[in-house]
Amino acid sequence: MSSINIDGTDVPFEPGQTIMDAALAAGVYIPHLCHKPGISPHGSCKLCTVDVNGRAVSACTMAAAEGQKIENNTPALNEVRKSITQMLFIEGNHLCPSCEKTGDCTLQAVGYHLGMLDGHYPQFYPRREVDASHPSLVLDRDRCIMCELCVRASREVDGKDVFAIGGRGTGRHLIVNSATGKLADSDITTDDLAAHICPVGAILIKDHGYEVPIGRRTFDLHSVAETDLGEVKLTKTRHHDE
Amino acid sequence: MSKVRVATTSLAGCFGCHMSFLDMDERIVGLLEHVEFSRSPINDIKHCEPCDIGLVEGALCNADNVHVLREFRENCKILIAVGACAINGGVPAMRNHFSLQECLEEAFLDEIGVDNPHIPNDVEIPLLLSKVHPLHEVVKVDYYLPGCPPPADAFVKILTDLLEGREPALPKNMLHYD
Repeated sequence: MSSINIDGTDVPFEPGQTIMDAALAAGVYIPHLCHKPGISPHGSCKLCTVDVNGRAVSACTMAAAEGQKIENNTPALNEVRKSITQMLFIEGNHLCPSCEKTGDCTLQAVGYHLGMLDGHYPQFYPRREVDASHPSLVLDRDRCIMCELCVRASREVDGKDVFAIGGRGTGRHLIVNSATGKLADSDITTDDLAAHICPVGAILIKDHGYEVPIGRRTFDLHSVAETDLGEVKLTKTRHHDE
Repeated sequence: MSKVRVATTSLAGCFGCHMSFLDMDERIVGLLEHVEFSRSPINDIKHCEPCDIGLVEGALCNADNVHVLREFRENCKILIAVGACAINGGVPAMRNHFSLQECLEEAFLDEIGVDNPHIPNDVEIPLLLSKVHPLHEVVKVDYYLPGCPPPADAFVKILTDLLEGREPALPKNMLHYD
């Protein structure tokens, strides 16, 4: 069987698998937010950036190939990943203390995993529309990280094409493909994968917040990687853009 | 040996971080053998004197907050942003979704049961900033202690590390944003 080498460990792969596919199958954690097995890769979050034979690529879109020497869990790559996570936090209103997804949020868990303490950059404080029109779903666009998992899940799995990303640059935002642009006028239901796939607190099921006791939530019990660092240094390292 | 001087304050905070600090319970007795407090809500000192460590909870929501934060930065060798509000604005920053005028009108003119509706305008009252801001947008912050509030153990850990001359570090189980 063919294999790639991630951080010194040989990882087998099948022809057609990406680096991410092979790593996930072997239980090797490459940080990621916009990827979910079974849904086509996207390449937007950039957290899975790895060095393949000295060149930076997205593990979720790069095909695995014999002879690849891949650096993944390195201090330099994790520092860049922390900066990306900080950008995602300051671009939205990620006020975890008042979010129903806290403890169950992959973005937050990645922040913990990478030892993120602050947002570093000035806050954007976007003012994007909340859509609570649907009887059983609510859409808080201020928390959306535009991973397009809902877009892809609706299109590829649910066969409905409910969501899309509209706008350009920092004005990008999640839109609903209905005549009014409201979730209530789309045909999304709580049975759809798109209603549950959001990795953050942007798409929520109504009347189901704060049901799990603190200490029993997903990332209270599990690290996002299940291979954790012992502690987080509070030392303020010089940022690469300073 | 002279004691390490610590100042604390709450800006646009809820005093929850101070309560979490006091949640160290009897451990504060041991701490007081090494630490004396300058300006803090737990004593009567009116202004921040030259200090080793400043603990600041709360975001910046009005002109007085900015004034106090600058006083702390000028007087504290090490300034620590404590809690979600100080770090990213926290829950008070939810008002940034609205204009300041909308907030004032809702609270002082339109709210049910308002008596003598008018927006307070006495010069004694510090003016609100148009938006709530985290500390690091105004002064340099040396360390961040996340949490809403950070656990008492995290206060003990960060202060013990600093008192013993180590770079402060948190075990992963003390790191949370909520």
